[in-house]
Amino acid sequence: MDGVSEYLKQERDQEWRLALRGNMKNKERTQLERVSMREQAADKRNKNFTEVNLGLLKEQAMLEAQRCLDCVNPTCITGCPVGINIPKFIKKIEAGEFLESAKVLKETNTLPAVCGRVCPQEVQCEEACFYTQKLKKPPVAIGFLERFSADYEQNSGEMSVPDIHDKNGIKVASIGSGPAGLAFAADMVKLGYDVTVFEALHEIGGVLKYGIPEFRLPNRIVDLEIDVLKKMGVKFEKNFIVGATASVEDLKAEGFKAFMVGSGAGLPNFMNIPGENYIGIYSSNEYLTRVNLMNAADPAYDTPVISGNKVAVIGGGNTAMDAVRTSKRLGAERSIIIYRRSIQEMPARVEEIKHAQEEDIEFMNLHNPLEYFADENGRVCKMKVQKMKLGEPDSSGRRRPIPIEGSEFIIEVDTVVVSVGVSPNPLIPQSMKELEVSSWGTIKVDPESMHSSVEGVFAGGDIVRGGATVILAMGDGRKAAEAMNRYLTQ
Amino acid sequence: MNKIIEKEYFSEAVVKLVLEAPAIARNRRAGHFVIVRTGDKGERIPLTIAGANLERGTITLVIQKVGVTSTKLCDLEVGDLVTDVVGPLGKPTHIEKVGTVLASGGGVGVAPLLPIVEALKEAGNRVITVLAARKRELIILEEQMREHSDEVIIMTDDGSYGKKGLVTQGMEEVILREKVDLAVTVGPAVMMKFCSLLTGKYGISTVASLNTLMVDGTGMCGACRVTVGGKTKFVCVDGPEFDAHQVDFDEMMLRLNSYKLSETEAYENFLNSNPKP
Ligand SMILES: Cc1cc2nc3c(=O)[nH]c(=O)nc-3n(C[C@H](O)[C@H](O)[C@H](O)COP(=O)(O)OP(=O)(O)OC[C@H]3O[C@@H](n4cnc5c(N)ncnc54)[C@H](O)[C@@H]3O)c2cc1C
Ligand code: SF4
Ligand code: FES
Repeated sequence: MDGVSEYLKQERDQEWRLALRGNMKNKERTQLERVSMREQAADKRNKNFTEVNLGLLKEQAMLEAQRCLDCVNPTCITGCPVGINIPKFIKKIEAGEFLESAKVLKETNTLPAVCGRVCPQEVQCEEACFYTQKLKKPPVAIGFLERFSADYEQNSGEMSVPDIHDKNGIKVASIGSGPAGLAFAADMVKLGYDVTVFEALHEIGGVLKYGIPEFRLPNRIVDLEIDVLKKMGVKFEKNFIVGATASVEDLKAEGFKAFMVGSGAGLPNFMNIPGENYIGIYSSNEYLTRVNLMNAADPAYDTPVISGNKVAVIGGGNTAMDAVRTSKRLGAERSIIIYRRSIQEMPARVEEIKHAQEEDIEFMNLHNPLEYFADENGRVCKMKVQKMKLGEPDSSGRRRPIPIEGSEFIIEVDTVVVSVGVSPNPLIPQSMKELEVSSWGTIKVDPESMHSSVEGVFAGGDIVRGGATVILAMGDGRKAAEAMNRYLTQ
Repeated sequence: MNKIIEKEYFSEAVVKLVLEAPAIARNRRAGHFVIVRTGDKGERIPLTIAGANLERGTITLVIQKVGVTSTKLCDLEVGDLVTDVVGPLGKPTHIEKVGTVLASGGGVGVAPLLPIVEALKEAGNRVITVLAARKRELIILEEQMREHSDEVIIMTDDGSYGKKGLVTQGMEEVILREKVDLAVTVGPAVMMKFCSLLTGKYGISTVASLNTLMVDGTGMCGACRVTVGGKTKFVCVDGPEFDAHQVDFDEMMLRLNSYKLSETEAYENFLNSNPKP
């Protein structure tokens, strides 16, 4: 038996866990129905920016926690990229010890209130749950429960600050303050390092702040988690671009011993079709940044945004869903998703697609834009789209979209948001010539240690994966922290 | 937060600010810019670095009051803090000895032109600078330009100072008179467009420094995109300087007007709610 399973077994054998298991038969547990999340009504929420999901009530959470069988072999954990001790945190909820439950989450996850909201649990822990795998029943609502415990702690005003080792005075830096950088910083500060997080923007949090909208992840939630990091002693330098404000070499001269690059996949892709630079056509990054980071929807803020009555969003990912749902909230009569494959191939989370459909978003699947047209002031007013059909599966395993000749038609639009992916942020690779990058521009690392080709420089998150998820970025940050600690103590 | 340590009015609508920003001062080179935000509800705007002082750890910005954001910034006084300043951004100017350089600047474009002229002169070029504005009061930095140029020609629309006429007339005079190896132009988009058309006619390679709208300034949003040689480029990371003859200035001018309506409205509201004493 390896160390991890040994540990899990020991934990599972503790008296309180035994007692809880004895309280109720597995048969009774499996008879319970999965909870549903309380939500704002669709016709109301599509006009405001407050959170769509309202969280579970105490009773709901405790009942849902009873469904968990506290399995001998908790497969759910294998589905979690940061290996949260899932049955333990759930059983703490069943026992009514919510603050303890939150502590369990924090053993391995720096941002549980964030992950409880944005992780694709349906393809991770919940997919691997005994209920899904063996009982063919809806899985334990692990994500909802994670959010419940984390929120309970945040609202209790008793945020636990994890234990910190004796300070060792060794300076290390995170480049970027997205989930990869934050997870890295938390682990390193716990180990006693003197950690500084450098961030190019005027806010900490990366995509969590500028990308994911308020109605899915309120900034307040992110800030509370960041406050804990500050209390742990992590230093934050905003408005600081490593590679421009100071180079890695400059920072080395200031005493920084090692670096973790978590600079994200910043660069938005466009389709390079005619008319794409007309006024009113945005990248999803720009559109969401204006609204989320710069508060353009609030007239008290100076940043403007054009968001019209007929908004087309091109793409099928989470970002596209966020943009199209934002446009509805900004008052659009028609908000349309235009995606070249069918709804089954959409990379967005199932929950986001469902929420969008409920919110009166139109889906034009199997359609692809060809060209934009503008009025005399250069403002987009029409677009030409073409119908598509699905052919053979491509290298991604999804069926390839094939244009249907002669099926082109025109639709009227006044705002377009292009959300067809991002490329890695080139700032760091450009400023460090010796850093090896792939042909896509992602930083090459050793997958075990996250060490790049440059001595003492580690990397993780979207800059390595080229656009992934919050939790994978965090997992990378943790792995890099562990390896960096080994590297610095050898 | 960066403290303002010096302020000077170049004209009623053009202000020079010197800010504490030691790290930026150390690493900036000619052609670089910063992104500035004023107030918690402020907008992020790009401003070219007009100069830096290493000992004092300061950078110099020259700002023209055109809207809410620039006015808020211009209204700050010595000792006040600017909420956010980040940089240096963009690619620095490519400085090389080429022979004779014809530099042209219009409006506040003259401020970012100054460090470029300085660097080109220092590299051993003969530099002839044409400064243009609507009227005498709007000509800025003339003295400093004279210090770093072999010759300065002033053009005003109304003839109130220097010669009467457009910037291109001043430039053409030089081109007809002597061999020009390189032209550099910084100013309003429409001015750069006509400068570029002129030098194109004479086959003189020309660099333009573009001042598009921006948000992050790090390549993340695409607000700053322009078409150069038929391809979309991001001014903040691929520029701000480009081969002027390849730039689609008409598209750039349209995009600069993206928020014209809402901006004018916002500016009027701002002026109404902040009456001047
Ligand atoms: C709109 C949107 C919705 C999403 N929804 C989900 C979702 O529901 N679930 C999910 O799991 N994932 C989602 N994702 C993906 C997820 O957000 C990313 O995978 C994750 O944020 C990547 O984290 P990161 O730490 O690698 O980088 P980022 O979050 O991109 O952070 C990088 C940070 O580094 C800064 N930076 C860059 N270069 C420098 C430099 N040189 N110096 C200093 N700072 C620098 C950047 O300004 C940025 O703040 C979404 C993404 C978007 C855009
Ligand atoms: S697999 Fe499902 S039922 Fe088993 S411990 Fe994990 S969450 Fe509970
Ligand atoms: S300003 Fe955002 S990409 Fe250039």
